[in-house]
Amino acid sequence: MKTISKADMRTLFFVAIIALFAPLILNPFPTESGWAQFNAGYPDLMQRFAIYGILAIGFNILFGLTGYLSFGHAAFLGVGSYSAVWMFKLLSMNIIPALILSVIVAGLFSLLIGFISLRRSGIYFSILTLAFAQMSFALAYSVLTPLTNGETGLQITLNDPRIFAAENISGNLPVTSLFGLEMRDTWTMQLGAWDFQFNIGYYICAIFLLLAFYISIRIFRSPFGMMLRAIKTNQTRLNFTGINTRPYTLAAFVISGMYAGLAGGLMASMDPLAGAERMQWTASGEIVLMTILGGTGTLLGPVMGAGFIKYFENIFSKINDTVLHGWFSWMPDGLENVIVWILHLFTGKGWHLTLGIMFMMIVIFLPGGLMEGISRIGKWWKHRNAKNNNTSHTSSTPAE
Amino acid sequence: MDAILLQILNGLDKGSAYALIALGLTLIFGTLGVVNFAHGALFMLGAFCAVSLQKLMSVSKITIDPSQLDFLGKPLKVKTPYVVEWFGPKFGNAIIDWNVPLAIIVAIPVMLLVGYVMERGLIKHFYKRPHADQILVTFGLAIVIQELVKANFGANPIPTPAPDQFVGSYNIGALIGLDASYPYWRLIYFAFSAIIISSVFAFLRFTTFGMVVRAGMADRETVGLLGINIDRRFTIMFGIAAAVAGLAGVMYTPINSPNYHMGMDFLVLSFVVVVVGGMGSLPGAVLAGFLLGVLESFASMNEVKGFFEMLYLPSIDQIIIYLVAIIVLLTRPRGLMGKAGVMEE
Repeated sequence: MKTISKADMRTLFFVAIIALFAPLILNPFPTESGWAQFNAGYPDLMQRFAIYGILAIGFNILFGLTGYLSFGHAAFLGVGSYSAVWMFKLLSMNIIPALILSVIVAGLFSLLIGFISLRRSGIYFSILTLAFAQMSFALAYSVLTPLTNGETGLQITLNDPRIFAAENISGNLPVTSLFGLEMRDTWTMQLGAWDFQFNIGYYICAIFLLLAFYISIRIFRSPFGMMLRAIKTNQTRLNFTGINTRPYTLAAFVISGMYAGLAGGLMASMDPLAGAERMQWTASGEIVLMTILGGTGTLLGPVMGAGFIKYFENIFSKINDTVLHGWFSWMPDGLENVIVWILHLFTGKGWHLTLGIMFMMIVIFLPGGLMEGISRIGKWWKHRNAKNNNTSHTSSTPAE
Repeated sequence: MDAILLQILNGLDKGSAYALIALGLTLIFGTLGVVNFAHGALFMLGAFCAVSLQKLMSVSKITIDPSQLDFLGKPLKVKTPYVVEWFGPKFGNAIIDWNVPLAIIVAIPVMLLVGYVMERGLIKHFYKRPHADQILVTFGLAIVIQELVKANFGANPIPTPAPDQFVGSYNIGALIGLDASYPYWRLIYFAFSAIIISSVFAFLRFTTFGMVVRAGMADRETVGLLGINIDRRFTIMFGIAAAVAGLAGVMYTPINSPNYHMGMDFLVLSFVVVVVGGMGSLPGAVLAGFLLGVLESFASMNEVKGFFEMLYLPSIDQIIIYLVAIIVLLTRPRGLMGKAGVMEE
């Protein structure tokens, strides 16, 4: 069997190293210092990085390779969460059956939706998936209340059957675990002024992220991936050569639906509840934002986009007026108030405004996302170096 | 019978909002070929024109009236809105009361301008980009507009009442020997949207400008070759579409207090309406808007719900529109009145 190429191996290795040492890397500021609020190295946020990374990788397999823009991916996320929570309620708090079921259910669900929506392409496809996602949201929010517990959201309770679990005598709600390893277990390492938190839940998510990343590399480099790219480039021509593209697009759709289901299951495993708002179309929009921001059709882009958005969401929404006043207190009063008033629009609760503007800028000026930005800088750098070398080269040649 | 009449009215009412937004969407799509995800935001901006006018009207002058005392025993501060002071109590208060209808006059130029700026400033640069990019950039714009409104007006719905004369309801059923009273303002909303829709159609059908625009929709290049500046006309059409959405928003405020995400809520449904009606078909958009509105309100009838309960099915009033959309797209992919060759890909 052909293994992956050296360059891809290097990327995978790079991601693995980052994931392994994330609790250290993301925690550069000492706990007591004023900059500590910019630390991202706490379990909750790191788990979200990994989970949304999986989601964006999956979305990228559909959008990045085939060019079909689905505006309803959050539905699969929600379905995954619901099935995982049901597993916690019925079987046991072990996350393995929950994850398996959430992937399977999301896969079946995406098979159904994909089968219908993929009859159309272009904007029709986007609107159809949007309609399906909104329908699933309405179903989860009100129609199927016995199954989803309506607006309250599905939660685990003490009197759930849980047939495989040992009897609960403590009277506390049970916690999710992997064969006894509790997801919320955190080992804190104190190192001078720094507190580094190593959380089991995060590492589980990271393992799945690596797995997801590996599979996506394999898909990108496979003949199947080539076919998907051909569909993006020119579907009509592909049809003329006698190839039925439907099975390929459907397969891509189902795969990315299963990724979303896995992400939903992981989300429920970290915090065992599932709500309908996870399926709303703004949530689908967020997935699109992440992928575009990072760079569609690239391997690393979606993960970066997911991390970027989740990080800034957390950090920006923490910067309130008091913090701003603290920063600009060295300015004259009037100027300080003006600046704080302006920045106030973009931080704290106004974070979505920043996100919206950033997103528009990316779409307008940098359609390839952050990855394109990086490669442009890289090219510019190379070009400059080459120029320098050239000049030194040419200046040395006349001597011959 | 009474109940059915009421549901038809309800449906027409909901349908008129869908139809107005869908009409604008289709105008933009048919002329410029752009899928405007920010159209819901334009609807919301219209509604907030009414809110701003209301705020502006209630700007008051504070005078101290020594003859009256407040509860602390100090001279009472009397607030009189400037409008009342300028126009006298009777006329001034009437103006404040008629805030929503007056907002129409404000909203038309404002929304035309917003549409014009939006097209020239942003959308213009996206004609040659893929449809996905157009969707994404307008989606981003929608987020930005929404957040700006939220930052300005807060996240809570702001009540904007209709004029006093139109509070209450009118027994419209009595006209045909039935008993069904229906709120005045909703009847007005329906009539208003009918007027707007027919005037847009009349404008396209009976004016030279409209003729050129229709010709441009059919074959943009040829019209351009004839020496007509079609881009400019399409830009104006974008402004008109924005104004239609804005007017729909203004008139909608007394029915539901506007909040910053009202546009997004309507947008998804309007897209479904456009798709069901047939991309690029104006009559299709209007027809589908009313049709889906009526269907939705019938599905929420108790009798229908009871019927579904009898079959052990959950009620479908929340999802009927989507179900219909899926069925229509599967059986008639072009939509109800879509033309061949428009956005087949």
